[in-house]
Amino acid sequence: MMIAVHNVTKRFGTFAALRGVDLEIRSGELIALLGPSGSGKTTLLRIIAGLDRPDDGEILFDGVNALTRSVAARQVGFVFQHYALFRHMTVFENVAFGLRVRKGKQRLPETEIRSRVRKLLDLVQLSWLAERYPNQLSGGQRQRVALARALAIEPRVLLLDEPFGALDAKVRKELRRWLRGLHEEIHVTSVFVTHDQEEALELADRVVVIDKGRIEQVGTPRDVYENPATPFVHEFIGETIATPITIENGVVSYAGATIGLDNQGVRDGKATLFVRPYDMAVVPVGEATFAGRVARIHGLGPARRIEVALHSDPGGIVEVDLPRTSAVSTGEQIGLRPRQYRIFASPAE
Amino acid sequence: MIAPGSTRFRPTKRSAAGPLRTEPAPVRCLIIAIAGAFLFVFLVLPLFTVFQQAFSRGIGPYVEAIRDPDAIAAIQLTLLVAFMSVAANLAFGLVAAWAITRFEFRGKSLLMTLIDLPFSVSPVIAGLVFVLLFGAQGFFGAFLQEHDIAIIFAVPGIVLATMFVTFPFVARELIPLMQEQGLQEEEAAISLGASGLQTFFRVTLPNVKWALLYGVLLCNARAMGEFGAVSVVSGHVRGETDTMPLHIEILYDEYHFTAAFAVASLLALLALVTLVAKTVLEGQADRS
Repeated sequence: MMIAVHNVTKRFGTFAALRGVDLEIRSGELIALLGPSGSGKTTLLRIIAGLDRPDDGEILFDGVNALTRSVAARQVGFVFQHYALFRHMTVFENVAFGLRVRKGKQRLPETEIRSRVRKLLDLVQLSWLAERYPNQLSGGQRQRVALARALAIEPRVLLLDEPFGALDAKVRKELRRWLRGLHEEIHVTSVFVTHDQEEALELADRVVVIDKGRIEQVGTPRDVYENPATPFVHEFIGETIATPITIENGVVSYAGATIGLDNQGVRDGKATLFVRPYDMAVVPVGEATFAGRVARIHGLGPARRIEVALHSDPGGIVEVDLPRTSAVSTGEQIGLRPRQYRIFASPAE
Repeated sequence: MIAPGSTRFRPTKRSAAGPLRTEPAPVRCLIIAIAGAFLFVFLVLPLFTVFQQAFSRGIGPYVEAIRDPDAIAAIQLTLLVAFMSVAANLAFGLVAAWAITRFEFRGKSLLMTLIDLPFSVSPVIAGLVFVLLFGAQGFFGAFLQEHDIAIIFAVPGIVLATMFVTFPFVARELIPLMQEQGLQEEEAAISLGASGLQTFFRVTLPNVKWALLYGVLLCNARAMGEFGAVSVVSGHVRGETDTMPLHIEILYDEYHFTAAFAVASLLALLALVTLVAKTVLEGQADRS
């Protein structure tokens, strides 16, 4: 199913949780809403589900206004952050709930309900726990029960709120891979909320980066990582060295000296230079953008992390990643020059 | 009887290493002995005395005292009043707890405070309030007389006064539990297509059933034992508006000690049953 969000606004008292959000979600897509806590991502998810109402704006499901429809009529499968399993029901009854509360003609015969629930429990690989109660399960198992319960009503869209937030790192990774596999199998339009960029980048077809109630960028994981649209996205996703610079007549200067970088079409004035730690190359001091002394070298594996104390900024440290083979030693004076970089104008003050 | 505002005692979970004890053994023994002696003098001994007095002249007078028509009328009235006030407070407690834990509205903290009011007001004042409202000289007195409705010095007044006094018990048990459980399970039920009623009966109610029963139990114990408020509104019409506690007082004042203690022993028995039921319920609530 296609979901369209038009100009959705939501306030809680004086706090603006969402400010004019527009978003198109394509049928069968797996979308991540990524942002720091308090950015409004969960509010957006709850509004799509119908658990909250927007103050303004529209939600369309396949072109039909969803706001006039109740949560039940929207046929959304919602997986809550803390699972919200019914604690007094067995796993089986939890999954069967959505089928049992149906009335009249929609009500399936008991045998049909049982076979459907069994199929779902097979799908989430929990058939052997059918008679257990939620408090007898591990976090990962609860998560899968919550998912099976949401899928039981054959939702047109699956909404997941921080689906892996409450799990430990190892289980989280396993479950993530499993969810990706499941999505490829059943292909239901899915939206999940996360504050974990790794999760979003690994799992999603497209990532929606949200900050302070506004969408900063929508794109494939590669897109948002390699072509961040805003300074926020650059800093939020992946590691970033951010350096204040100034641009005068199109010439970029840092700490009073020109550094020979392209202004990338950014207007004159204060700006910020963004570089990934592994996009810095060691160059002779004469050709360098930044010069400094190697303060510390650490890290195992393919790269070395070098902390460089800048001459231009006493107390300032730049962390760069160099190949393991590079011959740099502590105390040495080196020059650094970004191979790739982005420049964003500083917001007007 | 159970004191208003009595809180639940729950054994705290002991850590694997056991509690860290620094007090020497004699001190520990002394503390335990003081607590034990206190309990014995103030709780066990009086309870024992009630039963001892009740049976002091043998089983015959005991049975006779209880089979007395006035005693039977008092017992019936007490059961009726307890039933009605428990039913009313069950409904009110659920609604109030629901409103307070599920909605945001103005005056919410005022409502919370008001629910506790019967705990802080003397029952005698509660009774007087109803006399002022519904009595012959009261606010609604003229209206009631015109329509020939008797509230004060009649059963409805006793029910009202008892309801007022027992009004916090159910709500007070439910509110903290429902606050702790939050609304996620209910939201989940709704997102799965359940109607409001289905959500209430299949999700909300099963989640609070032990706390609810516990509240009902306390409410019932208090309703049966209430003296002050009921005494003011009852009018002490023998065989008609005397509840068990009032009946006991009358018997005692008239020097029918054995009979007074015989009826009192029934109330004491109720307390013991309540105590056992309370322990069982707490066990259930902890397990679920």
